[in-house]
Amino acid sequence: MTRMLKDITFGQYYGSGSFIHRLDARTKILLLIFNIVFLFLAKNYYSLALCTVYVAFVLLLSKVPARMFLKNIKTILPIIVFTALLNLFYGGGGTVLFTLFWNLTVTTGGIYRAVFIAGRIVLLILISSLLTYTTTPNDITDAIESLLSFLRIFGLRGAVHVLAMMMTIALRFIPTLVEETEKIMNAQKARGADLENGKLFDKIKALIPILIPLLISSVRRAYELAEAMECRCYNGGVGRVRMKRLRFSSLDLAAALFNLLFCGGIIILNILL
Amino acid sequence: MDNHIELKNVTFSYSDGEEKRDIIKNISLGIERGSFTVILGHNGSGKSTLAKLMNGLYKPTNADGCVLVDGIDTRDEKTEIEIRRKVGMVFQNPDNQLIASVVEEDVAFGPENLGLPSEKTRERVDEALKSVGMYEYRKSTPHHLSGGQKQRVAIAGIIAMRPECLILDEPTAMLDPKGRAEVMDIITRFNREEKMTVVLITHFMEEAELADRVLLLSDGEIIRDGTPGGIFSDIKTLKETGLDVPQSTELLYELKKSGIDVDTDAISVEETAARITAAFHLEDK
Repeated sequence: MTRMLKDITFGQYYGSGSFIHRLDARTKILLLIFNIVFLFLAKNYYSLALCTVYVAFVLLLSKVPARMFLKNIKTILPIIVFTALLNLFYGGGGTVLFTLFWNLTVTTGGIYRAVFIAGRIVLLILISSLLTYTTTPNDITDAIESLLSFLRIFGLRGAVHVLAMMMTIALRFIPTLVEETEKIMNAQKARGADLENGKLFDKIKALIPILIPLLISSVRRAYELAEAMECRCYNGGVGRVRMKRLRFSSLDLAAALFNLLFCGGIIILNILL
Repeated sequence: MDNHIELKNVTFSYSDGEEKRDIIKNISLGIERGSFTVILGHNGSGKSTLAKLMNGLYKPTNADGCVLVDGIDTRDEKTEIEIRRKVGMVFQNPDNQLIASVVEEDVAFGPENLGLPSEKTRERVDEALKSVGMYEYRKSTPHHLSGGQKQRVAIAGIIAMRPECLILDEPTAMLDPKGRAEVMDIITRFNREEKMTVVLITHFMEEAELADRVLLLSDGEIIRDGTPGGIFSDIKTLKETGLDVPQSTELLYELKKSGIDVDTDAISVEETAARITAAFHLEDK
């Protein structure tokens, strides 16, 4: 847990330099939203099959090892099973196969729906995790700032900048604060603090001597950081020009067209079958 | 004399409840352009406050006191950004100065704020990173770097704004000896080669060795002002202000006290050895 947090700069990023890695982060975010919408629009097994082919193709294209995706599925497995079970019993229609107890009956329609929903969730997770595997948190932050910049027409330019700055600083300081927490925990343990044993309430109480020093030091850090930022001519982002500019390329166009093709396929399959 | 930074009758005080405390007591001081000045002082002597007064982060609290940078008064809010660009400031804790989680993006923060076109910023970032020897780390993340490396990145972040003066507030206090040497090397190089005005604030006497001028600060007042040799020979004052005197200098001091005619203006081990050889006329043998 702490190791993962310490390396948040790269998050789950898996650099393989594939076609998908080279896409603009904005393209990836927009296409992800687009794909999620279409995953929900797919209403029969034929269009779900097309989705599966599409997701499999995109995952292969990313050159991210399959075990990394499987890991994500594994952590979310209980939710998938739970949802599938709910749909199994609530799903209406079809012939009754057998009745468990009370009124819980398993129908063909129920099985159909359970498998369908489970398949959809798995695809959703796979396609979503692709974004974090192929894009660094920094790029995602920049992309969000850029995508939200349309809000400036509502006079919210400052708010978008502040949001992006907060995300940047959070990404920068999470590893530092994790390290600090470990230090404080060790220091308190050395003074005889018992953090592991006892009832839940005791454990929560044991956190106080860790949280308070952490909070105080964070405030002090924030103060110093603010001064350092002022010394580097920061004045709330007015007139600031970023060094790294996000640029759309022909790759992004290709990805967008390919997505249109996929979405067209879903619509056709939805209507025809 | 061409003063880059000039302090005139500066007092800085803050009120702690009812009690008003003077951190800086009526200091008048000129920092010459292109010079290397070291301000020595113990903890709580007001040296950090003095540094922050020099780039307008703090303003004098007395009405007749003022700080001029290139003749511009720091109390004028309109020129605040210009003064901060001219007078770059590096702090003690590198962790609390770095803003971005990628080295090159952090160095770009200053130039970005100045509104430079992105190609220009890129140029300056590469140049600044090369000048502190961190170019090959441009894509890495600060928390994977050592303290000395982080501090070099912080210096690069200031250098990328092309300041004319560099103020460093105990930049080596949290570093190991290796990191300390790296940072000191960079600071002296910027002064010698780029003719940058450097003000180094420290409580390590060894770091004052290479300075043109040393100021000794105690309880908000400058009690000594002179060359490193001159200041260091006055061991009694140094000890009284609570500074750690290098062992070699202390040795000379003790020798002198026991009646041996030796010059006590040395800091490094080599210089000390030379002074002792001279005192005992050992070079002939």
